Amino acid sequence: MPDQSSGPPVPYMERTRNYYRALGYTKDYVWAHHTDVPFVRPAKPLAAMTVGLVCTAGPGDRSHRDAGNRRHVWSGLVASPPASFDTDVAWDRESTHVDDRETFLPIDAVQRLVADGTLGGLAPHFHTAPTDYSHRKTLEEDAPEILRRLRADAVDAAILTAL
Amino acid sequence: MPTVMIGSALDIVEHCGVPRFVFSDFPLGNPCGHPWDRDMQTATVRLALQVLTTATRPRTTVRSPFEWKADDPAWRERYNRVRPEDRERLLALGDERRRRQAANAAAAKAAGQA
Repeated sequence: MPDQSSGPPVPYMERTRNYYRALGYTKDYVWAHHTDVPFVRPAKPLAAMTVGLVCTAGPGDRSHRDAGNRRHVWSGLVASPPASFDTDVAWDRESTHVDDRETFLPIDAVQRLVADGTLGGLAPHFHTAPTDYSHRKTLEEDAPEILRRLRADAVDAAILTAL
Repeated sequence: MPTVMIGSALDIVEHCGVPRFVFSDFPLGNPCGHPWDRDMQTATVRLALQVLTTATRPRTTVRSPFEWKADDPAWRERYNRVRPEDRERLLALGDERRRRQAANAAAAKAAGQA
């Protein structure tokens, strides 16, 4: 249980439910819920491990969106990430900004940990997990595709960051 | 594939159920640390890697030791707040969203038929 000395964590499910009802929607969103959660232990120590990054922000040119504006899995190079990102997802625009990519896609932070010997390596690609609010698409299309791409880079473990 | 997540929506992530979660109690958008604070960002990722290797069971949550900015104590109140004076504006916003969603759906259908 998190320390609550600075206030309880924001109840995002309740806030979002109330907000969308105020927008006039009558059907509440049903968040994903899994009774069984997989748990795989790393097979290597950190210093020998290659890690891959997965975030929820796509490229700024929106090339991860199709003609119907649906988002799809997209991969970029950590050596040359996009200059801007599609940050049209749910984040707190009144309290902060997302001008610093490292706050949601910590490429440089991971590379510092590789440089100091904590971590073996960073995979050459990072990946975008689309947030289309479709449980089916996430489970049956996007997650398997991201896993395939991580394995193609011989990734030992993945860090997932939610913008 | 072993995974660890870094995020700021504790209730959503724990409701979903993930193997390992580093909870940054920050406004949504900056789970890996304050903007431009490289030391904090490095420490947050280091914590995530520690959780990756030390967690012994699924649904492991570890809270980042960092707090949001001291000069903004009211940040928790803001996200998706609905005050009485917001209701008319939000309903109009919702109507516009539904018009846009209908247009996107029509475009997707047309693209599928092309």
